[in-house]
Amino acid sequence: MTKLNTMKVTFPSRSANESFARMAVAAFVAQLDPTVEELSDLRTAVSEAVTNCIVHAYRDRIGPVTVTADLYEGGRVVIKIRDKGCGISNVDQAMEPLFTTGGEERAGLGFAVMQSLMDRVRVRSAVGKGTTVTLERRLASREPHRDAGR
Amino acid sequence: MPLSLEVTAEQVTAWLSGEIDHHAAIDLRRQIDEAVLAGPPPLLVLDFGGVTFMDSSGIGLIMGRYRLMQESGGRLLVRQVPRPLRKVMKVSGLDKLGVLEGTEEAKR
Repeated sequence: MTKLNTMKVTFPSRSANESFARMAVAAFVAQLDPTVEELSDLRTAVSEAVTNCIVHAYRDRIGPVTVTADLYEGGRVVIKIRDKGCGISNVDQAMEPLFTTGGEERAGLGFAVMQSLMDRVRVRSAVGKGTTVTLERRLASREPHRDAGR
Repeated sequence: MPLSLEVTAEQVTAWLSGEIDHHAAIDLRRQIDEAVLAGPPPLLVLDFGGVTFMDSSGIGLIMGRYRLMQESGGRLLVRQVPRPLRKVMKVSGLDKLGVLEGTEEAKR
């Protein structure tokens, strides 16, 4: 499938950057002319993944978070959120609804929300090396903006 | 994110607006809890009418305040939840907790 466009941003794992990350992705994906609901779903899923980097991957320190977004023909959007933090020892457990190591103010629903809003969520993690979350979503029957392919 | 609070002996009402993420929730929690713990009142109302974005940090905020009110023998009411936020609320099962009231349709 032809890739139409790509972007990459890297920022430190400060909580103020949660809004920056989801806005950057939303602004980039806007060229595919998504619906308001699609955009809202993408922003929410990105916010969850980036928050995981800040709260869990770099629990006691600040480290780099990299977000890439690739746009493909047919309205397919692939977003990767990557950190070089502590990693997840048991990915299946971490993805269970209500499981959290983040204290009682964390609902433990980050992955459940991502899965409910995206077509596909993949998690690759290595303890001590970091985690990559890949979010995939096909936007409904939208033609890419004609400038996006140039 | 902006928050306005109204405190009476009967209830604390918090009008939330803007975007609720993990960053914003830290400050919201502190301000709401301060007002509640000064009472505590029998009712805490969280009005989501002005909220334009929420991720699961908003669920954590609601669940934490639900527990806080239970501990003091009080009740939590969440009202005016805009349509785009309901998807996230549904994933959390909050709609089954009996704290949600006054959705957009109810207003019309």
